[in-house]
This record gives sequence, C-alpha cells and structure tokens, in this order.
Amino acid sequence: MPGITREEVAHLGRLARLELSGDELDHFAGQLDDIIGAVARVTEVAGEDVPPTSHPLPLTNVMRPDTVRPSLTPQQALSGAPAQEQQRFKVPQILGED
Amino acid sequence: MTDIIRLTAAQTAEKIASGELTAVEVTEAHLARIEAVDEKVHAFLHIDREGALAQARAVDAKRAAGEPLGPLAGVPLAMKDIFTTEGVPTTVGSKILEGWLPPYDSTVTKRLKAADVVILGKTNMDEFAMGSSTENSAYGPTGNPWDLTRIPGGSGGGSAAALASYQAPLALGTDTGGSIRQPAAVTGTVGVKPTYGGVSRYGMVAFSSSLDQGGPCARTVLDAALLHEAIGGHDPLDSTSIDAPVPPVVEAARSGDVRGMRIGVVKELGGDGYQAGVVQRFDESVEVLRELGAEVVEISCPSFVYALAAYYLIAPSECSSNLARFDAMRYGMRVGDDGTRSAEDVTALTREAGFGAEVKRRIILGTYALSSGYYDAYYGSAQKVRTLITRDFEKAFESVDVLVSPTTPTTAFPLGERVDDPLAMYLVDLCTIPVNLAGNAAMSLPCGLAPEDGLPVGLQIIAPALKDDRLYRVGAAVEAAFVKKWGHPLLEEAPQL
Repeated sequence: MPGITREEVAHLGRLARLELSGDELDHFAGQLDDIIGAVARVTEVAGEDVPPTSHPLPLTNVMRPDTVRPSLTPQQALSGAPAQEQQRFKVPQILGED
Repeated sequence: MTDIIRLTAAQTAEKIASGELTAVEVTEAHLARIEAVDEKVHAFLHIDREGALAQARAVDAKRAAGEPLGPLAGVPLAMKDIFTTEGVPTTVGSKILEGWLPPYDSTVTKRLKAADVVILGKTNMDEFAMGSSTENSAYGPTGNPWDLTRIPGGSGGGSAAALASYQAPLALGTDTGGSIRQPAAVTGTVGVKPTYGGVSRYGMVAFSSSLDQGGPCARTVLDAALLHEAIGGHDPLDSTSIDAPVPPVVEAARSGDVRGMRIGVVKELGGDGYQAGVVQRFDESVEVLRELGAEVVEISCPSFVYALAAYYLIAPSECSSNLARFDAMRYGMRVGDDGTRSAEDVTALTREAGFGAEVKRRIILGTYALSSGYYDAYYGSAQKVRTLITRDFEKAFESVDVLVSPTTPTTAFPLGERVDDPLAMYLVDLCTIPVNLAGNAAMSLPCGLAPEDGLPVGLQIIAPALKDDRLYRVGAAVEAAFVKKWGHPLLEEAPQL
C-alpha cells in the first residue's frame, strides 16, 4: 500500500484549494494512511466484468422546457456576497500583475 | 390539563383541527420547553420564535375562517440546519456559513410551509453532515437526552435530540450514510431514509449527491409517515427527483399488518463486534415479527462487508467536488482579502479557517481517491462494489419483502470517545451504509433498552426502492407490539431533564 506522506497531503491540499497548517499536515498524514489502508479492500472484490455504479437511479439527461421563469433578483443573489460592486460579486485578483 | 409537548404530531393536529388547542398555544408550549431544556441538550442552533408564532397565528386564522387544514397544520417541527430557509440562518454546522441568510427556501421548506407546519428553528449537526456524533459541529456538540454525556448520533443529532427531549414532535434529517437512522436508534426515536429521489434535494446543502436523501424524523411511525407524505414527491427543481407518486406510507402506517409478509434477517449485519444488548433486543424484535405472523428467514448479502470501504471512497470523492463551491467569492466567509492576495490564496485561507477537521480530512481523502493514478483503483473499484451491493439487495428482495438488522452495532457512546479516531467513528454506520449505496429505503425504530447500559437500541427495516410503504407497515406493527409489551412508548423511560 502506498504510504501517504506529509508532502503528499500538502500537495492534495493545494489541489483542493485548502491551506493546511504544519500540525494538520502531520496529523492528517497518519490518519489518512490508516483510512486508505482500511478502504483499500475495495480493490479485492470486484472483477473486470462488474460494471461501475455512479448513481442509484438510471437517469440520463433531465430537461425542462426552455421558458423564462422566476429567479432570484440581482439583489437577492448578491445578498450573501462577502464584497460587491456595481451589482456584481467583487473578488480578489484572479490574474497576475501585467 | 393536556401535556401538549408529549402529544404525537397526529394527536396535535387533531386537537388543533377540532379547536381543543390553538396552534399558537402548541407553539408557545414548545418554545417554553426549548427555553427550559435546550441549554442542557443543545439541539438547536437557531430558534425562529417570531417566524414560528407568525406561522401558528396564520393556522389559527385559517381555522377561524373555516378554511380546510392539512393533516399536520399547526404541528411544530425542528429542521436540520442543512435545509435552506429564506431569511433564517442556515449554517450546516459550519463556520464557513456563519451568519449566512439564504435568499430562498429549499423545496422541503416550501412544502412544510404550504402544509402549515410550524418551523421552530434549525437543529445542530455534524459539519456538512459529515459525522456520526454531532461532535463535528462548529457550534459545539449536542447531548443525548437519555444521558447528556453521550452522543445523540449524527449527523442529525440535533433533530433526534429535539424529539427525544420533547422540544418538537417532528424533525427533519438527511441521510447520506445513516445520519437519520443512527441518531434515531441511539435516542429511541423513529427515522426514515426514503428511497433515493423520493424527497427533493433542492436547497439541501450537498455533501455526497448520489447518496444524500432528506427524510422524516418523529417519535412514532405514523407521525413519520405523515411528515414523509408532506415533504415527498416529484420536484422539477431536482433532476434526480423521481417522477412517481409518493408510496402510500400513511395508509401503511395505519394498517400495521405483517401477516404473511416474508422478512429476511441480514446475516452479515450482526454477530461479532456487536454489543450484546443490541443483539439481544434485535433477536427479540425478530421473535415479535414471527409472533405477529411474518415468516422470517436468514438472508446472506456477502458484498455488504465491503460497503463501509466503498462508502468512505465514494462519499469523500463527491464531497471534495461538491464543497469546491465554498470558494469565498459569492457567499459565506472570506478570509485574508487584504488587497495583495490572489483569489486562489483567499479561497485556500478561507477554507482553512472555515472548515473543521473532519471536513478537511474528507476533502483530502476525496481529492486523493480521484487523483490521477489512484482513480481506477479506489473510486473505480468502489463504484463496482456499489454494483455488487445493489445486486445483493435485488437478489434478497426476490425472496423477501423487507430485510431487518440492528441499526447500529452499539448504543450511544460517550462524547469525546471517538472524536479524533476517524476509523472508529466510521464503524458506527456499518449497518446503515449499504442502503445509501443502493438507493433503497430504510427505517430505524426503537426496540428496547440494552440491559447493560439502559440505552435505546434501534431496529432497522429495509425495503426495496419505491416500496417505502413496507417500512411503515412493518414499523407500525412492531411499534404497536412493543408499546403493548412495555405498557408505554420507550421514550417515557428517558430521564427527566
């Protein structure tokens, strides 16, 4: 079984946009190793011929008529925004400096 | 004088409809009870006193005007803090949504309001419904009314504790791996996970979308059925909502006849590792079913032993994806936006500050299981196990009408015992998880107290998808037999708070 290192947890944190403190990295690395060790038994059971199930219902696309219907007002949609400006969500910079 | 808070939901609605009680009196009695005991229990995160009283006054006005009242009109309900409520705080037990006022109602909230149910407030839960003890709430744990030093189950511990301490006759939960049934089992109450797609997920904060299912919590089987009927049914706003009528759950709960039914005891859910008193009470329940005229056989579901492992890959994978929406941009907490940091850094810092340990663990675990090189081995294999579990159920239901098992391997354990031992905590959901993976329906109802600790034990009944009514038929029969045997409902043995 692959051991999960502190560095790997830090990498996963970056992928998940989740800052982790040094203590958390140490703590989670050990726990995740245990958890992965325990859940790895799923690899033992199902053969090639077993199809995967991603969802309990056999659904394909569910469509609705393409008609105008009531929705949130801009004011309602922005009501929980941490910051807003000119009826828009105001966010920190997304692109680097020019 | 009637002890209002000890009435069932069905009795309460009847008394309001007949004029014996007003909805305002009923609501005030429950608000007073909350005031008196919730400091100790901590079932609620938010009390909506004004909203509840306004709703109750509207019910009384309707009755005075001679308008027809629905079967739950004026009955108070405690709502798990995972369903959005317009203008009323919805935190999902997380700091990241502290202070957020949703701009819309979940479909379930809307249906309850339309049914004139009085929503008292929002109940405590494990953060984002991840947990089995309510200790992962960012706002402190809830106590089990049977013993306040023990867990009330989770994630819906607040809802179950509110019922068991007579703070509300009805409550709502969500069940991803057992979060309705396990709290019901350890608090001596009734909880139902409906068939996946039976109750709309619109406005229910997502944890693991292919597993999450909202459902009713109550003190009696009939009350759960009445609530199930009020919230169930097709919703065009949820693309995974089943377009079929709600199964006849109320009728089934009123019949409670199991004569001629075939009931399977799941061989893999019991025996070694189960608390002796749990096994004893479960065996007695099976005996009761036989005495009531059911035919009981043993059924083997060999893939169930892999259910827990599959669940702890699938649920974290879906959670890591679902919780990506908490990015500090549109709503909720934002940390570290000092004008110098990038949006990406602000997102990462906000999530560090806003999420608790279990949520972080699961996001990391899910990110791992879905990452390149591990996807096929972990997530892919877990999905195959899901197929095998579904096949086990299909095969079982070819020969029996319902399956039964204990709901949980043990009774309520002490607060703090497993909080930093994730694997021990995950084992709590051993018996409940297979149902979520397959998407069928299950109920937990009280079947006695474990002799060694005097704490409630739950009986789990499992039905095929869309046959939710069978749960209520069997549940009502067992409940009636036990109440007759005990001379009173189990909750009357709970200590005074």
